[in-house]
Formats: sequence, C-alpha cells, structure tokens
Amino acid sequence: MPEPIIFCKGGGCTAKLGAGVLNHILDRLPKGPADPNLLVGFDSRDDAAVYRVSDELAMVQTLDFFPPMVEDPYLFGQIAAANALSDVYAMGGVVKTALNIVCFPETMDLNVLGEILRGGAEKVLEAGGQLAGGHSIADADVKYGLSVTGLVHPGKIYQNNGGRPGDRLVLTKRLGVGIICTANRVQEASPSAMRDATASMTLLNRYAAECFRSFPIHACTDVTGFGFLGHLHEMMDGRLSCRVDANRVPVFPEALAYADEFLLTAAGQRNRNHAGPFVRFEGVSFAMQEVLFDPQTSGGLLAAVPEAEAPRLLAALRDIGLPAAIVGEITQPGETEITVTQGQE
Amino acid sequence: MIQVNAVGDACPIPVVKTKNAIRELRGAGVVQTTVDNEIAVQNLTKMANQKGYGVRWEKLAPQRFAVTLTVGEGAQAPAPEEPECCAPAPAQGKRTVVAVASGTMGTGDAELGKALMKGFLYALSQTEPLPATILFYNGGAPLTCEGSASLEDLKSMEAQGVEILTCGTCLNFYGLTDRLRIGDVSNMYTIVEKLSQADQIIKP
Repeated sequence: MPEPIIFCKGGGCTAKLGAGVLNHILDRLPKGPADPNLLVGFDSRDDAAVYRVSDELAMVQTLDFFPPMVEDPYLFGQIAAANALSDVYAMGGVVKTALNIVCFPETMDLNVLGEILRGGAEKVLEAGGQLAGGHSIADADVKYGLSVTGLVHPGKIYQNNGGRPGDRLVLTKRLGVGIICTANRVQEASPSAMRDATASMTLLNRYAAECFRSFPIHACTDVTGFGFLGHLHEMMDGRLSCRVDANRVPVFPEALAYADEFLLTAAGQRNRNHAGPFVRFEGVSFAMQEVLFDPQTSGGLLAAVPEAEAPRLLAALRDIGLPAAIVGEITQPGETEITVTQGQE
Repeated sequence: MIQVNAVGDACPIPVVKTKNAIRELRGAGVVQTTVDNEIAVQNLTKMANQKGYGVRWEKLAPQRFAVTLTVGEGAQAPAPEEPECCAPAPAQGKRTVVAVASGTMGTGDAELGKALMKGFLYALSQTEPLPATILFYNGGAPLTCEGSASLEDLKSMEAQGVEILTCGTCLNFYGLTDRLRIGDVSNMYTIVEKLSQADQIIKP
C-alpha cells in the first residue's frame, strides 16, 4: 500500500513555466483586430482578462491550476482555490462564478479528489462565489485549480502597471512559502513553519482587497509564480523605477533559514535569471535575495498607493490581522529599475 | 572524489544530495554532481559561491551537466561580493554580441585566417567585459564542435556566463549535430533576436 497521498512533487506556483520562455511564445501568437471592450488582455501581462459589458460593468476572467505543494489534499484544494480566486481580487473585482479544473490519476483513491474539491468549494463559498461546474481529465499527476469569473466597474479596475512616482508599495502577505514548501518536500521544514505557510496560502486575498476599496489604488497585482521581484518588475512596466527596503518586507523567518541551507527551487532561479538583470542589491543578504525571487503560491497583493494614503491603508490592513507592510516606493525612472537595500538594524 | 547522480531530480534534490556528499567528505575533498538541467547547475553554483567552495561545471551532453565542487584546502576562496555567476548576461553595461560567421578571420590566406580566428577567440576570452553572447553560424559552426582549436577558450568564457549558441541548421548541414562540444543549439529566431537586441555587434 503506497502512502495515502504521494502527489506532492514540488507543485504550486513553483511549477510555473519561466517568464522568459513564455514571453517568447506569447509574442508570436496571431492577433486579430483589437476589440475596444477588451480592457485588459495579454498586452499588459496582467493577472486576468477584463471585458467591458457596459459602461457600468466589466467581466473579469481568470484561470489558475497547478500540482500539489502540500500533502493534505483538503488543504491543497483550499490553497489552489485561494490562488485562483486571487487574480480577480488583484484586478479589483468581486468573485461571481467558478469552474473546477481537475487532472487526476484513474488509479488514485477518489476520496483524495473529494477532499481536494471540498477544500476548493469552501474557498469559493468564502469568496462569495458560486461553484458552477468543471472539467476533469485522467492524467498521470494530480493538478487542480479554478477558472473564475468576477465583476468589476470598468472605471475601478486595478491594472498592474498604473503606478506613479512617489507611490508607496504595500505588500499584504509574508514571502517565502515556496522555499518552505520546498524544504518540507525534503523533510527539512519545521511543522510550525509549514503551518504558518499553509495558513498564509489558504487565506483569501478578499479581505485585503476589501480594504483597498476605500483607497485610490494606482496599481495592484498578486505576488505568485514570478516572485516578489518578478511581479514588481512587471509593475514597473519598463517606464518606472522603485526602491525596496528589504528590512521592511514581511517574510517568514524560516524561509530565510532554509534559503541559507540552499533548499531552493528551480523556479526561483528562473525568476532570478529573468528579473535579476533589472535589480540592484545593496547589502542584501543571499537568503533575503532568494526569498525576494521565491515563487509564491497564493501570495499576497502588492499595491501602489499615493504616499499620503499609505499609512491609513497599512493601518486598515493591520487591523484585520494581515502582516502587511509598506515595503518601498516608486521613483522617477532611473538607471536601475529596482533597487533593493538592506541596511543594518 | 564522491560522485553524486542527481539526473532526473528536481530542485532542491540535487543540492540536498550534494550537501550530504560534502558532509561525507568530513573535510577537504571533491564532490562531482551530475544533473540534467542548467537551473540545477546554477543552484549548485550559488551554494558553492556562498560556501566558498571551488566550483566548475561542464556540459557533457545536451541534458547532462557535471558540476565539480572542491571543498576545503583545495577550494579557491571566492572574491568578496562575487557577482552572481549564474545571471545569463551581465546586468550592467553594453550588451555585446559576437557573431562568428566563418572559420577564418579576414580575407586572404585560409591558413592565416584560421590562425587569426583562433587568436581572436583567445583574446576575446581575456577581454573585460566579456560579451553577453557569441553566435556561431555557417562557416563558424565547426568552431564549437569536436576538433575545434578554440574549445578551451570558449569553455572558459561559458563558465563565466557567456552564452554560446550555434546555428542548428548549420550543424545539420555540415553533419556536426552529434559533435557539438560547447554551448547550445540555436535557431534563426533566437539569432535574429540576439542580434537585434544587441547594443554592439562584433563580427571578426
């Protein structure tokens, strides 16, 4: 009898294809005439597609699925769903419907699938959405996720590239879950680290997004497979620069310890290869660099807000128990796109 | 020397296996880890640089790399603040691409041209900063293959992060596909992209 669940082969967003490889393919896709109602599509490399239905209403469409990154199928279902739902929140939308995407081996215990789907369905309910169906495929390995549809006012969409010089950068979750799950895979993560990482990954970004609604958010994205610096690089959009204070970035302390043990993912290194050329580190420890490139599964929201509003937004996020922080600021475009400093404290 | 086979292992397993082997050394010694992807090479190299181990690697076949780590007395201490060896291209400065379109340098006597090309690639390997990429095509393709007099110079540049690409169509045409000894096989899209994104193109 094999282990009840042997499906964890290094999944979550660490399984994402590298951004470099992907851009290469995407740039070559045939493009038809532009539909002015497609407000957000491929071109902005945003988290989801947004289509204007009327002047008052736009539809947010997104999908995300991946292999397991934890051994518990119920928790995996919750994490995969929280991760997929997050893209709607990153666009400023509310969740309406969701469809399951399932790959599952025919020979595996169906109770495992039941647990995955139960975890996912609970998160869709918590998001205020309706689980409306799905599609399943017999496959060699387990994969699960959702296609989610949400709604947003066309005037209130958060694009990921709308930041302005002077804006403060706010991050709502700790970084390092990719490294912790990787350490766990080789039995080197502590149970408490894994518990904290799991709690972070199952937490919906709904609550952070609801805080955001009372503030003039200039740009927003969720931090997932490309890591904090990869997503920050997309946010800079080739026309902005920023400074990040590594001491202020919320991280799981265990992730730093495991990075110093070199329990690193391939995806993290791909992120470094992709975004590294745009980043200058000033006195930033090796471990912190690795955490900043670490692919996040169901990571937090990263937003750009006007300086004057940032402290109040931070207080609102902290009030609901999020480990949020102001991690840096957008500057006028300079020679270096992203400068990360880590002063002695 | 301890040999570690990490072929087929996803990160971080190659690093974990290598760390275990280094522990087994109980002091100075050499560990050689075989992996099947370049990202694993980069992650092993990061560890070696952080720990101050000597590290070198070579590509044995398209999906086979041997990473040799030297621990202890034999280890070369890395320079303080050593730049990331694994970044594919230097982050700052001009992006220089060298396009080698012929086995010879200049027009005139063929033997002289061959010697000049060998000298050029040697001098290039001693130059700071190194180019980001060296492209080999048409008559240049044999320079990256078995029997080339420049393999050592090219290996030393590749180890320092220079990307070496040879046109696959050309390898095919000259029947050299199985004899490529350094760098990766490339296609015309990549060659066009590399040339068009270069700040400076050198054609010897």
